[in-house]
Amino acid sequence: MRHKPLDFYDIDDLLTDEDRQIRDAVRAWVDGRVLPIIEDHFQAGTFPAHLVREMGEMGFFGTQLEGYGCPGLSYTAYGLICQELERGDSGIRSFASVQSSLVMYPIHRFGSPAQRERWLPGLASGALIGCFGLTEPDHGSDPGAMITRAEHRGDHYLLRGAKMWITNGSVADVAVVWAKLDGVVRGFLVERGTEGFSAPELKNKHSLRASVTSELVFDEVRVPLENILPGVEGLKGPLACLTSARYGISWGALGAAGACFDASREYSLTRHQFGRPLGSFQLVQAKLAGMLREITKGQLLSWRLGRLMDEGRARHEQVSLAKLNNVDIALDIARVSRDLHGAAGIVSDFPVMRHMANLESVITYEGTHDIHTLVLGRWITGIQAFS
Amino acid sequence: MKIAACVKITPATDSRISILADGTGIDASGIKWIISPYDQVAIEQAVLLAEANKGTEVVIVTVGDDNAVAQLRAGALAVGGDRAVLVQDAALANSDNLGVAKALAAVLKKEAVDLAFFGKVAVDDDASQVPGMAAELLGWPQVSSASKFELAGSGFTAVRAVGGGMEQEVRGSFPVVITADRDLAVPRYAKLPQIMKAKKKKVDTLSLSDLGLSAGDVAPKVAVSSYALPPSREKVTLLGGSAQEAAAELVRRLRDEAKVL
Ligand SMILES: Cc1cc2nc3c(=O)[nH]c(=O)nc-3n(C[C@H](O)[C@H](O)[C@H](O)COP(=O)(O)OP(=O)(O)OC[C@H]3O[C@@H](n4cnc5c(N)ncnc54)[C@H](O)[C@@H]3O)c2cc1C
Repeated sequence: MRHKPLDFYDIDDLLTDEDRQIRDAVRAWVDGRVLPIIEDHFQAGTFPAHLVREMGEMGFFGTQLEGYGCPGLSYTAYGLICQELERGDSGIRSFASVQSSLVMYPIHRFGSPAQRERWLPGLASGALIGCFGLTEPDHGSDPGAMITRAEHRGDHYLLRGAKMWITNGSVADVAVVWAKLDGVVRGFLVERGTEGFSAPELKNKHSLRASVTSELVFDEVRVPLENILPGVEGLKGPLACLTSARYGISWGALGAAGACFDASREYSLTRHQFGRPLGSFQLVQAKLAGMLREITKGQLLSWRLGRLMDEGRARHEQVSLAKLNNVDIALDIARVSRDLHGAAGIVSDFPVMRHMANLESVITYEGTHDIHTLVLGRWITGIQAFS
Repeated sequence: MKIAACVKITPATDSRISILADGTGIDASGIKWIISPYDQVAIEQAVLLAEANKGTEVVIVTVGDDNAVAQLRAGALAVGGDRAVLVQDAALANSDNLGVAKALAAVLKKEAVDLAFFGKVAVDDDASQVPGMAAELLGWPQVSSASKFELAGSGFTAVRAVGGGMEQEVRGSFPVVITADRDLAVPRYAKLPQIMKAKKKKVDTLSLSDLGLSAGDVAPKVAVSSYALPPSREKVTLLGGSAQEAAAELVRRLRDEAKVL
């Protein structure tokens, strides 16, 4: 198993004892509980649902929040948890990201005391599952143009529309749905089983196969008045959730990249061609050195960003840079790693093509690579290029 | 009831060990330390008993240095140990297994535990000496390599696997030393909330004099003259061709080159 991950710049020394212990505990759990089963789930296109309660008991959900069964750990610890989960599989990390940052975070930050009381303890323990509906079939990178609408009708809101590509959709007990009420984006908690609400699962994915992805359909759904999130109006609501999740993804991508690096190093030393180990060829060494270089830079980026998050002064553009950079390099590393394994790289004996395929989703969701690039362009020039 | 789990901090089993240039020991830099895996089983068994029997305290005991504290918290207190005792003394750093056993026995006596679990072997030196020595020093019986342990009446029943798939059942009373085989219990994963709680649990550091021992009491009787790594594996040759050709070539080499046929 990969116990000693790449730490070329002794970044471990920058972590607290507590952060390291948490990281090691998650790693041990991933080694024991995720790695032995994940290839089969990926191949079968199934989510390992039995792990949800375990993850809850392990304390993996809502770690950055306080109260209501949440421990209030540092953002660095949250990032390290994402890293270790994604060393296992991006689908497992996606589940945790959605639960922690996209569902628990908005309920914690924008919800009423009654909403927090009702949902957070169950979401923290894994007894309940949440999903986050922002993207629509016709509106992905431009969520502000969403067409899902809520109308105030006496004792309820009437919700009409649809959301697309929603992680955990079909297995969720509660959906945090963003819809326009009188032209303003608001958050609604829509419960499983509400009449008119359905969540068919999307099959046939080539990526994130061990994760549930669904469509959410709202056909005249009556949402009780008390299910609106009272604490936020406008796109800044969902965007705040995404900032928290994207930060975690920047670490998560390093986990996947690290798994590919470990596999590549091992393979390059054990596989012989032309009478020598692959790792003795300069081209192969250059590939490995390139991985080492990018992972090390990415680790420093995420570590620093974690500190800024903990100090409450991270800017969302800084989060964009870390998400776009680390997913970009992770996808590159996974592709190179796949190539370095030759034919063996396409089968499930090695994790590399699974990570590669997963990262094709990760580079698209939570703001595509190009949209984050444009966010940086806007920060540099003051000119918005995407609308 | 009071139960002790005695543990040793050892290099992780997948560590790459290198020897100091002067051969006096292993190079500790860059090694990841863990609680020896059989000791982790011992902790789990102690915690299971405590969970099933209200009012039972689990005390984790080790001989080590400052670095042991983080291991004790992460590997023992975060999985259910109530508190820990670390015996730390310059004289113990150069002692031997008997010295360590004396220190542990002194703690077990001071704590007046009913029951002390140890791992059956530590994965670094594989010596399996300390539990037996500690039991002898205390005048307690020892059950080695237990694969099952249960309280029974005012005593206990333990099962040990003996050769040939047979099992031996041992009954006895307290106090007793039990060493854990792999099957005794399955160590749990440390949960994050427990890791946080473990930060507040007590780790007492004791010196030899706190235990009524002197440096002379633990002066080593065994001297290690030097450490060496096993010789690296000779070159491996892969025989090519079809299975038949490879088999023929293998026989030829065994007969003509290795001269073993
Ligand atoms: C597996 C998976 C899980 C997901 N889970 C969730 C979820 O839980 N909740 C949720 O709300 N959403 C989820 N999504 C949706 C995801 O956030 C969107 O796919 C993403 O925002 C991109 O939207 P889109 O797919 O509509 O692509 P589009 O916006 O149509 O973009 C297509 C391409 O055009 C580019 N592009 C778009 N606009 C511009 C521009 N102005 N300038 C330059 N290039 C541009 C994009 O960068 C991209 O390359 C998930 C997606 C996937 C694949």
